[in-house]
Amino acid sequence: MLPILTAILVLGVIGLILGIVLYVVARKFAVDTDPRVEQIIEILPGANCGGCGLPGCAAFAEACVKRDSMEGLNCPASSSEVMQQIAAITGRAVQELTPKVAVVRCNGSCENRPRVNNYDGASRCVIAAMQTGGETGCFYGCLGCGDCVTVCRFDAIHMNPETGLPEVDQEKCTACGVCVKACPRGIIELRNKNKLDRRIYVSCVNKDKGPVAKKACAVACIGCGKCVKVCSFDAITLENNLAYIDFEKCRLCRKCIDECPQNSIWAVNFPPKRVVTPAAEKIIEPVKESVEQDKQDN
Amino acid sequence: MLKTFKIGGVHPEPNKISAGKKIVTAALPKQAVFPLSQHIGAPAVPCVQRGDTVLVGTRIADPVGFVSAAIHSSVSGKVAKIDTVVDTSGFRKPAIFIDVEGDKWESDIDRSDTLILQCTISQQEIFDRIKNAGIVGLGGACFPTHVKLMPPKDCKIDTLIINAAECEPFLTADHRLMLEYPDQIIVGIRIMLKALGIEYAVIGIEENKPDAIALMRAKTSMVSGIEVVPLKMKYPQGGEKQLIEAVTGRRVPPPPALPASVGCVVQNIGTVFAVYEAVQKRKPLIERIVTVTGKSVQNPSNLKVRLGTPISQLIEAAGGLPEDTSKIVSGGPMMGRPLLGTDVPVVKGTSGILMIPESDAVRHKERTCIRCGKCITACPMGLEPYLLAVASEMEDWERAEENWIMSCIECGCCQSTCPSRRPLLDWVRLAKNRVNDIIRARNTKI
Repeated sequence: MLPILTAILVLGVIGLILGIVLYVVARKFAVDTDPRVEQIIEILPGANCGGCGLPGCAAFAEACVKRDSMEGLNCPASSSEVMQQIAAITGRAVQELTPKVAVVRCNGSCENRPRVNNYDGASRCVIAAMQTGGETGCFYGCLGCGDCVTVCRFDAIHMNPETGLPEVDQEKCTACGVCVKACPRGIIELRNKNKLDRRIYVSCVNKDKGPVAKKACAVACIGCGKCVKVCSFDAITLENNLAYIDFEKCRLCRKCIDECPQNSIWAVNFPPKRVVTPAAEKIIEPVKESVEQDKQDN
Repeated sequence: MLKTFKIGGVHPEPNKISAGKKIVTAALPKQAVFPLSQHIGAPAVPCVQRGDTVLVGTRIADPVGFVSAAIHSSVSGKVAKIDTVVDTSGFRKPAIFIDVEGDKWESDIDRSDTLILQCTISQQEIFDRIKNAGIVGLGGACFPTHVKLMPPKDCKIDTLIINAAECEPFLTADHRLMLEYPDQIIVGIRIMLKALGIEYAVIGIEENKPDAIALMRAKTSMVSGIEVVPLKMKYPQGGEKQLIEAVTGRRVPPPPALPASVGCVVQNIGTVFAVYEAVQKRKPLIERIVTVTGKSVQNPSNLKVRLGTPISQLIEAAGGLPEDTSKIVSGGPMMGRPLLGTDVPVVKGTSGILMIPESDAVRHKERTCIRCGKCITACPMGLEPYLLAVASEMEDWERAEENWIMSCIECGCCQSTCPSRRPLLDWVRLAKNRVNDIIRARNTKI
């Protein structure tokens, strides 16, 4: 009986001493953390996408608490409610940002843009863009290797196997801008969401002269400038044979769409006025199916 | 014991099908196209306008800055337009288009075949003539030759190495050049020696060209200061640093050190011939020898081609495009670039046109790295390609730089030897580009 009692006693005393030491040390060297940082981290999405310009969500939360003002601090991946909550925690007003969404400005599907070559190198856009002009006659458009899909942390962009182009899931896209940086051709752009998610944009980035662009792709912008003339709001500019619609100035009147001889201007989420393929509905359904099928196959 | 470089290297099938074929002059094209960027350095700027009449040898584009080269018309006719063209790099770049009318030459060019042995002009004049002729390294890298002949002041040059290794499989242009124009080459070497102010030159030739070795030996036996060194067959023997090591045993330190830092200047044998023509005959760089070959090509040949000729015409001259062709490569199979079409014009750096049949052009499925280390054994620069590829994949440019990525010569030994068929070179090239940008940004800041 005695050895057992001694053992328990000895261990008990050691435990007690160590416990006291730990307590003292923990008290003495305690790091003062602002509980608000923890609170903010809790409500942030936690994807560490870097869309705010800071390295990860924890850094963002710390900046929210430590900086003097909330100016320039905004989590693109969170809704405005989350930002309001953060404002409540920090006690400072947050800057409201216009909600944005990623837009793929290339419509060079296999039909529109016939393949004239076959690229068989490493299947990454960065590498393809470095080695060659691409599989088609258009040296500006989508390469189709899906770097944007790989980098997306929100599962919001997918390749459509039919068109060979990436398509953005508007519900999931948070406009963090990672895909914009990943695209070596600079096709993806963040544009204002506008009312009812309506958007008008030139779905082309080809800077070649008209005949060259047209030969390469049936829906390429040929830089004819008709849209520039018809626009009443000075929203469209023509540079290097390519039209660009400034989303800050565009009033969504849709005049340019009727004018474009190449059908390269797209209107998304408008009620049907004439036969315009609205990107969103058409796109998302088949992609989801194919993704699920891929999963099953794997 | 034949000489060669010590570390790395691979032994691809030589496939020198066209070695026995004499050089044939190709027909004039209907329209010649001259991309403005045919060399390393700043693109040239056109000095002709649409509608101008040009003769063979007329300068059509001026160099910009020191590292750049002039471009001359290889045909006579009218400038049709200055537009963009898809060139051998695989991108659309600005170029001058000339519609061919007749074949009238500039009057000061000596078109006769007579060999001019004596070169009495001064060092500076040789330098100027080479520069004005727009000569670049014809081995493929296209570095302006006049820059190479003016090594930095603090480097003492003692050896001129003539690169006639032609280690790329299939290519035979340099081989034929040696067999058919040996005297001109010897004169060319002497001109270069004079320009550099040195007395000793070595011609490095791989052992698979015994006839060229014998001929060049016979021709140089009477000339002092020029030696022929037969080399063991190994790719990439024709790499500048590999050749220096093979011939002299000296090792060039990693970049930014130049071959000049170990006292060597390396020139391709094709460049030597171009220098002869430019200095002795006042003929600018308007022609070059191109090997048109491939396993299923009907009539593999070595053609003397005017620059700017569309490649389709060369393929026609070699018996047409074989039906089973799945890739057309400009250059050799190891370092060449696949072409996007046959409308691409011949440029200064086009050493060969290779048509690869479908069975050989397959890229196998990429598998995971098994850490076998074959790429390390094969790398002639002593690098670790697998590590560089991983660093590139992880976008860890710092690590790539620390592991000497800038020493990579992009020879492709690693990729060709990888049992997992990993696209090592693709990744390394990407990282090299990025690291180069980073280094440049760093240097401009300071």
